[in-house]
Amino acid sequence: MSGVALGALAVAAFLAALTRGPALALVYPVSALAAITLGVVDLRVLLTGADVAARLPIGLPGIGLHLRLDSLSAFFGIVINGGVLAASVYGMGFDRAKELTPRVEPLFPLFAAAMNLVVIADDAYAFLFSWELMSLASWALVVARHTDPESRRAAHLYLVMAAIGTAALLFAFGGLAGPAGGYAFDTVRAHPPQPMVAALVLVAALIGCGSKGGLIPLHAWLPLAHPAAPSHVSALMSGVMTKVAIYGFVRIAFDLLGPPVWWWALPPIILGAMTAVLGLLYAVLDRDLKRVLAYSTIENVGVIFVALGLALAFSANGQPEGAAVAMAAALLHVLNHSWFKSLLFLGAGAVLHATGRRDLDGLGGLIHRMPRTAAFFLVGALAISALPPLNGFVSEWLLFQAVIAAPALPQAALHFASPAIGAMLALAAALAAACFVRVYGTAFLGRPRSAEAAGAHEVPLAQQLAMGGLALLCILGGLMGSVLAVALAPVLDQLVGGGLPGTDSGPTLFSLVAFDPARSVYDAPIIALFVAIASLTTLVVVHRLSERRTRRGPAWDCGFPDPSPATQYTASSFAQPLRRVYGAVAFTARETVEMPAPGDTRPARFSVVVVDHLWRAFYAAPGRAVLGLSERLNVLQFLTIRRYLVLMFAALIILLSIAAVMT
Amino acid sequence: MNQAYEVSHLLAGAMLVTSFALLYQERIAAVLNAFAAQSITLALSVAWAAWSDNRPDLFITALIALTLKGIVIPVALHRTVARLGIHREVEKVVGVGVALMVGLALTGLAQALVVKVATGTASHAREELALALAIVLLGFLMMIVRRNAVTQVVGFMSMENGLILAATGARGMPLVVEVSVAFSVLISLFVFAVFVFRIRERFDTVDLEALDRMRGDSR
Amino acid sequence: MTRDLLVQLLAQGAQMSFVLLIAPLAVGVVRRVKARLMRRQGPPLLQAYLDLAKLLRKESVVAESASWLFRSAPYLIFALTWVAAALVPSFASGLMFNWAADVVALVALLGAARALLALAGMDVGTSFGGIGSSREMMIATLAEPAMMLIVLTLAIAAGTTRLAGVADFFIAEPFAVRVSLALSLIALIIVALAENARIPVDNPATHLELTMVHEAMVLEYSGRHLALIEAASHLKLVLYLSLLICLFAPFGMAPATAGLYGWAIGLVAWIAKLLGSAALLGVWEVSIAKMRVFRLPDFVGIAFVFGFLAILLAFLTRGVLA
Repeated sequence: MSGVALGALAVAAFLAALTRGPALALVYPVSALAAITLGVVDLRVLLTGADVAARLPIGLPGIGLHLRLDSLSAFFGIVINGGVLAASVYGMGFDRAKELTPRVEPLFPLFAAAMNLVVIADDAYAFLFSWELMSLASWALVVARHTDPESRRAAHLYLVMAAIGTAALLFAFGGLAGPAGGYAFDTVRAHPPQPMVAALVLVAALIGCGSKGGLIPLHAWLPLAHPAAPSHVSALMSGVMTKVAIYGFVRIAFDLLGPPVWWWALPPIILGAMTAVLGLLYAVLDRDLKRVLAYSTIENVGVIFVALGLALAFSANGQPEGAAVAMAAALLHVLNHSWFKSLLFLGAGAVLHATGRRDLDGLGGLIHRMPRTAAFFLVGALAISALPPLNGFVSEWLLFQAVIAAPALPQAALHFASPAIGAMLALAAALAAACFVRVYGTAFLGRPRSAEAAGAHEVPLAQQLAMGGLALLCILGGLMGSVLAVALAPVLDQLVGGGLPGTDSGPTLFSLVAFDPARSVYDAPIIALFVAIASLTTLVVVHRLSERRTRRGPAWDCGFPDPSPATQYTASSFAQPLRRVYGAVAFTARETVEMPAPGDTRPARFSVVVVDHLWRAFYAAPGRAVLGLSERLNVLQFLTIRRYLVLMFAALIILLSIAAVMT
Repeated sequence: MNQAYEVSHLLAGAMLVTSFALLYQERIAAVLNAFAAQSITLALSVAWAAWSDNRPDLFITALIALTLKGIVIPVALHRTVARLGIHREVEKVVGVGVALMVGLALTGLAQALVVKVATGTASHAREELALALAIVLLGFLMMIVRRNAVTQVVGFMSMENGLILAATGARGMPLVVEVSVAFSVLISLFVFAVFVFRIRERFDTVDLEALDRMRGDSR
Repeated sequence: MTRDLLVQLLAQGAQMSFVLLIAPLAVGVVRRVKARLMRRQGPPLLQAYLDLAKLLRKESVVAESASWLFRSAPYLIFALTWVAAALVPSFASGLMFNWAADVVALVALLGAARALLALAGMDVGTSFGGIGSSREMMIATLAEPAMMLIVLTLAIAAGTTRLAGVADFFIAEPFAVRVSLALSLIALIIVALAENARIPVDNPATHLELTMVHEAMVLEYSGRHLALIEAASHLKLVLYLSLLICLFAPFGMAPATAGLYGWAIGLVAWIAKLLGSAALLGVWEVSIAKMRVFRLPDFVGIAFVFGFLAILLAFLTRGVLA
């Protein structure tokens, strides 16, 4: 339990660092060390399969605090600590005098420790306590720039949604504990709940964990809150905290609820697929760099929920190989997404630091000014678009294999849904590529659109190191995908009772096999080798045969030289075909041009109207209803004493009548 | 046997594809051509069933379908459209994409339903029934999502086509029934055509929404 | 044993080379057929080879605002497309490394090439590149779901997503007319037209803004870079034609265990089918006009609808329903 002890030490030492001054600068190195230690402990537990448990006497009287590090917790612990390490190394590059504040730095290790605690919690109390601690720490980080009204609004919405989520989880754990009140997870596993109660618990868990992860329709807080926090904290929130939410759902649905029923798969699959597509449609239309990344997080969380739903479906039908493939896809996507999303957010932080701007239409040409950041961001962008041979494609491939196996499921709803799901996932993948070509092309390529972009500089070494490390992990994760999948074997066994075929079943040591080698194989190193050989051969041959000189000249301009970079495509220009095709359906997007009459000298106006129906239906309307209701109920504040006595008397009589009738 | 089933399945599938094509078209002339294609495919399907199952009375059904619905009615409607100068474009309530998606969902629903309900019958009859039900539903969908009276007629008749396809699968539909069905179709066509002519004369349009407003009901 | 291995290696290398060598010829056939149908002489069949040679000899002019991405992208795009094209079984199924990627990975490799090309289009910072990139990515979002449905249909039919496995399945099955396969064939043809920037999706022969998608992205390229990109687009055409042949007309393809004689027959059959389908493509391009960009969702949507119907009908015939 040395890891846990060190984690606690990190928290204690830096709650004390609420002092200003040089102690703040120690936060990041210590967090990095703590993350490494915890990661090593988690890795050891994952690889050897030896669970570690403890019971602390603090907490609820008579129950105490149960902690357990099993292989599922260890896997998610590795995800968390990897992200914390990257963010800490990034933080070490901050300028001590100008950028560290007591509003942010002391809360960072608290946030990290809370996330670690959630995954090792072994009873409902520990889980909810750590969950709330995580929410509050991240809320405080979101509201760090409290003078900005956008940040305040984002923090307010975040607090409301977090409260709703925790309430749902309270309900879920209450259902799991049952009337006997056994809150420890071991007790819950021994007494799985009744089918009706299990269904309600699943829905509550979906609401609670889904809202933290950003599942539609509970997603609206995420694109507001994640960008408002400092960039390395955004990386943690998007890359890691959403994964903690997924851990919560996996723990409840696969571990605590007992054997699954087939229709449990439908809500995660349907909501996940809709989230994946809608999240990217939002992303493609947005013009703020960090908000685009936050919407893309929503999409990836949706994809993970689809994978989890498929794992539930296969599990419920007694097909452990299919469940293993789907679950491996989900878990690998958790790991991969934490890497490339953290990389992208750190890159966005670097851009913000270098130019002071976040809007895509104010950037451009950064590949010349910040070459290393641009290179790392490119790796992240290609990885998140699920392009081989990077890591995003490994989990995407496994998920597609699971979808292709889904027509074998007997229930009509499931096998009719499978082509629809497959099509939506393919659409999400293509939209992701479009979105990130747009982001990278507008921000880093082309010519600078503003003075700040033209004057950008490269970021400090520590930050480059953090981004570079994550980029390397993305590349290695892509090539060694099969090794990672095999390392997941203890987790898969615990959750679905099956596993992927081992490395010796495929044609080479590093080929990823789903189901069996005759059916589907993906061998990333061989393909990467082929591509490398092909490109090197081409390079050599072409340079031998061809004219080697390259001349620089002005770009093609149809004879009208245009020095202004404003004529190049902007982010919203790039999105226009997609807005026209998909936005018309999803958002009733309309473009209108008001042309003045001939002779009128006022300029023409081009306006685009995009209506967010989900916001209207799920947030604005209930918000208005709640406010209206509270206005009505406000009269209760102003009653006379006699009327209050009437209310109390009525409540007493009602309760007595119920007792009389029911017993 | 296997080959016979394959061909009949192919023809039924082709009819389903023409039903989708009916939803997709934007011009009345194209709608009428698609309907003609559907009726001709129906005729071929019925004829094949007649030949392979050895039921010569179905040949007459096929012939009626071919002449009446494949040739006479589309040509008559073409002429009506030309003479009345009805607006060439079909007004749509929902977009093409949404209509096609709903059509796909209806096809899936038809399949799921037939499997649930008709558990006793042989599998190839069940499959023909599923396709026929899907064609009926798509015809109905066409009547709902298009605002033009001519396309309503066509939708109604494509429902008929689906019913005839379903009936060929059933054991022996007597000739008398078929003839009476054919006559009723013809008569309803005449009624519709006269009706449409009168409406067009009176109100200068056959757009149902506009007609609704003129009916005087509040909206 | 080692002689066997060596023969296998040679065969794989031979496939990679054949695919590369025949791609310009296929494009030449398309252009010649189009020209003849329009009552023109048309360029000689080997013109595409001569064009590539000419481009290689010319100096490459790169815009001042271009970066290292612009200069290195053509090599990567060419390599990715070439590897993808070499993975499609052509004259024999089950060659040595064909198992390394299945259809899903193949589509993703092409997607990677497309993303790199779109990025290169945005690199110079002109509006032409932006037009091409944005339209190309939009067409990709329309074509990929349809492609996924086609893959799903094939997987339901053949039980595997490995191309060699699917090819073997279709060689082994008696020639059965199936609606679902016919629908997937039409869907795949439409997707192939969209991905290869052929009429009615894009016009490969013009540089007008209104009709450009692919040509807009590569407008800035010249010299050896342009040669590589042109070669990559020829290879992509051969890839899709080869895919169509392998899946829907695989007769003549040598099975995995055939010897040199079987391979020779397979090679002749493949070349004949490839050039034949190139000629058919030429006929198609002459018979239809290019569509407006915003009518493309309707067109590619047909592929989606057909792909979905194919799956529903495949469910029907497979008896997957309980």
